[in-house]
Amino acid sequence: MDMKCKLLVIGAGPGGYVAAIRAGQLGIDTIIVEGDRAGGTCLIRGCIPSKALIHAADKYQQMAAHTGTGYLGISITENPVLKFADTMAWKEGIVDRLNGGVEGLLKKAKVKQIKGWAKFRDAKTCDVDTKKGIVTISAEHVILANGSKPTELPFLPFGGDVLSSTEALMLTEVPDKLVVVGAGYIGLELGIAYKKLGSDVTFIEADTRILATYDKELTSPVQKWLKKHGISVHLGAKASGWTDNKLSYTDKEGKAQTIAADKLLVTVGRKPNTEGWGLENMAVDLDGPFIKIDKHCHTSMKNVWAIGDVTGEPMLAHRASAQGEVVAEIIAGKKREFNPNAIAAVCFTDPEIIAVGQSETQAKADGIETIVGKFPLMANGRALTMEAGEGGGFVRITARADNHVIVGIQAVGPHISELSGEFALAMEMGARLEDIADTIHVHPTVTESFAEASLSALGHAIHI
Amino acid sequence: MGQYYFKLPDLGEGLVEAEIAAIHVKVGDMVTEDQPLIDMMTDKATVEMPSPVDGKILSISGNAGDMITVGSAMVVIEVEGPGNDDRDPVKEEPDPVKAEDAVEKAPIKPPAAPVLTGATSEKPLTSPAVRRRALEEDVDLTQVPGSGPAGRISHQDVDDFIAAGGRVSVPSQQKRTAIEEIPVIGIRRKIAERMELSKRSIPHYSYVEEVDVTEVEKLRAFLNAGRTKDQPKLSILPFIMMATLKGMEKFPDCNSHYDPEHSLVRRFSGVHLGIASQTPNGLMVPVVSHGESRDIWDMASEMIRVSTAAREGKARREELSGSTVTITSLGKTGGIVTTPVINYPEVCIIGVNKIVARPMVVNETDIEIRQMMNLSSSFDHRVVDGFVAAELIQYIKGLLEQPATLFM
Repeated sequence: MDMKCKLLVIGAGPGGYVAAIRAGQLGIDTIIVEGDRAGGTCLIRGCIPSKALIHAADKYQQMAAHTGTGYLGISITENPVLKFADTMAWKEGIVDRLNGGVEGLLKKAKVKQIKGWAKFRDAKTCDVDTKKGIVTISAEHVILANGSKPTELPFLPFGGDVLSSTEALMLTEVPDKLVVVGAGYIGLELGIAYKKLGSDVTFIEADTRILATYDKELTSPVQKWLKKHGISVHLGAKASGWTDNKLSYTDKEGKAQTIAADKLLVTVGRKPNTEGWGLENMAVDLDGPFIKIDKHCHTSMKNVWAIGDVTGEPMLAHRASAQGEVVAEIIAGKKREFNPNAIAAVCFTDPEIIAVGQSETQAKADGIETIVGKFPLMANGRALTMEAGEGGGFVRITARADNHVIVGIQAVGPHISELSGEFALAMEMGARLEDIADTIHVHPTVTESFAEASLSALGHAIHI
Repeated sequence: MGQYYFKLPDLGEGLVEAEIAAIHVKVGDMVTEDQPLIDMMTDKATVEMPSPVDGKILSISGNAGDMITVGSAMVVIEVEGPGNDDRDPVKEEPDPVKAEDAVEKAPIKPPAAPVLTGATSEKPLTSPAVRRRALEEDVDLTQVPGSGPAGRISHQDVDDFIAAGGRVSVPSQQKRTAIEEIPVIGIRRKIAERMELSKRSIPHYSYVEEVDVTEVEKLRAFLNAGRTKDQPKLSILPFIMMATLKGMEKFPDCNSHYDPEHSLVRRFSGVHLGIASQTPNGLMVPVVSHGESRDIWDMASEMIRVSTAAREGKARREELSGSTVTITSLGKTGGIVTTPVINYPEVCIIGVNKIVARPMVVNETDIEIRQMMNLSSSFDHRVVDGFVAAELIQYIKGLLEQPATLFM
């Protein structure tokens, strides 16, 4: 079967489906091709299921804390019982609901959905292997939103008890002993969740610190949490192989070690999906492992666009979605460009971490004279009422010394991810410290810490 | 192959000249980008000037110990490709990174472009909605002055910018309160200092006389009609230069520098004619040296050469100094009378006003249309008496009215 359309979107993840919906809204004749369920890594095997698992794990751990003598004056007599299969079913329910929601939204926007894996013959034509046979689609515009997948280590191939993040979200039981190779945000989020669910968790990290892309001050509360909960973290350790459920690695002294585990989770990054679907037939330039794009997300081939993880860091769903909207509007003839001031990133570790814009060190490296304000959650009333005041959480702002324009905001603490929206808004609006300080923040909320951090940078915080 | 003119970059606010501390290259050397060319000494630090390009050294102006004016070409480098003689002002600037390095070594502020008070960050400070609108309206936000705190751009600012046809403007009802602060640095500051020095220390005596240039204009037309390919087209200026040259020879007191500190008048045997010229950087005075050794064609060619070099920023130091008398002419915009400021430490400047056809009384009773031109000149009254000045100008007037005498 042959099909023609104005816009062909490859991949129905948070980049592709948003692009397709927006294109549909703008009256563009659009086809979206996806081999899996709509929703992409984010919805099916990433952000959403992991957050569900993290939430359930957290709830389980909290309840366990009330067993016996109790806690906060609340006690339960017996340990809570974890029916992990039910937990996973609940998680799948959320995924199903969102998956159905996305497909419904695509339909509502009059986007044709073709299920199958696409293979490009040339830049504007692809064959899709569907249940009903090969469908050949030719389009005026193509958006490549192929996404990314977990990086596999050649000496620790996925399969059996060696898991990528995908399999770690689909386990049928909680492993007694879980070893995680790679203490980046994905490994930590999942490792911490399984710890809360009862696993004995150990991290093997090649770098000298966890979450190496964030500064030490910011990751220190997470480090403390891991220590407090008895999670071993072997830093400067290099994994080398997996035999008989034992991971062999070289420790930071260079000594060969082994560690036994029921499951081995390997989270050492993600790589773009650029192979196996005919990219080589499209005359599209690459930028390292990624597809090269300009500020309009346009590739080197006319009317071929690329968005999301396949175009490089930061590999974040919200970046992909924003790019998708921009490209759909450009194709509809609007003038747009993808040129954000900043993209916030969140780690759903315990405690949570947010970073948006530059840290003080990065700003200084750019030759910017800075002032920094920091406010501890310990001094925030609402944080205390939610048991979020302990653990060393804080909000930190870096601003230009000359005009007080904010160049970066970082924070760490329980529930702090919900502040990321305000942080991103402040950055995108080009806020100055005075803008934040003079915005009346609701009492009692954790957001007051943001205003206080601004005041602290200006030299007159009230509550510290 | 092109030529790259490496000019002394502005080393900091207010610095107009610097001393050559050391020269690391010689003519004929091959240099690579970033290779040190010259060390310049300011009163604050020694700054190494690296080569901005790869190429071969064609010439070096000056020696260690010489003072070099900001903007003057120090080293000419033969480069692959077109060089910078196409006068792209951006290309003529030294590599900005290098300039910053230099500034870092010398604890002085980098040269600031004119800025509106209230600096903004690198990316225009505004909201996403304004950015989107600017994109749709083809407005370059870096050009839009922001009225908000820290130069934040509002929708109203974009409206005003568009309403003004993409130019900086404010609605006519509003009072304008912004004060633009333009640093007076480099050549601009040099000009200011020189003018102040001249006007403050020299008691100027000005003298205006009209000259009938009908005959010299006829001669000029004749010479231009018959000129050969390698001869330049003559303007009135070379004739005035010839007349001035002869005037200086007859009145050598006017062809001198006055040094009040030593109570000396330095009278020059050669006549070096400074030609005040408007350049993109401001007023400069390129010099036609040894006028006494040149004929009218040579005078004209040399005048064109040095003034072009000055306009293009390629004039060497020796082409911008050493004049003994200066001629200033604004051509068609020359007006009726000017009060020229003497080019310190000279004692005489000849100002040329525009040529106009006027009815003149000739032979006592007839009225004829004649080509008339005024000469407005200033003298240092400390060393040039009014009588001498008047005699000089009358002599020049005579030469120009009877142009054959220019060549006798």
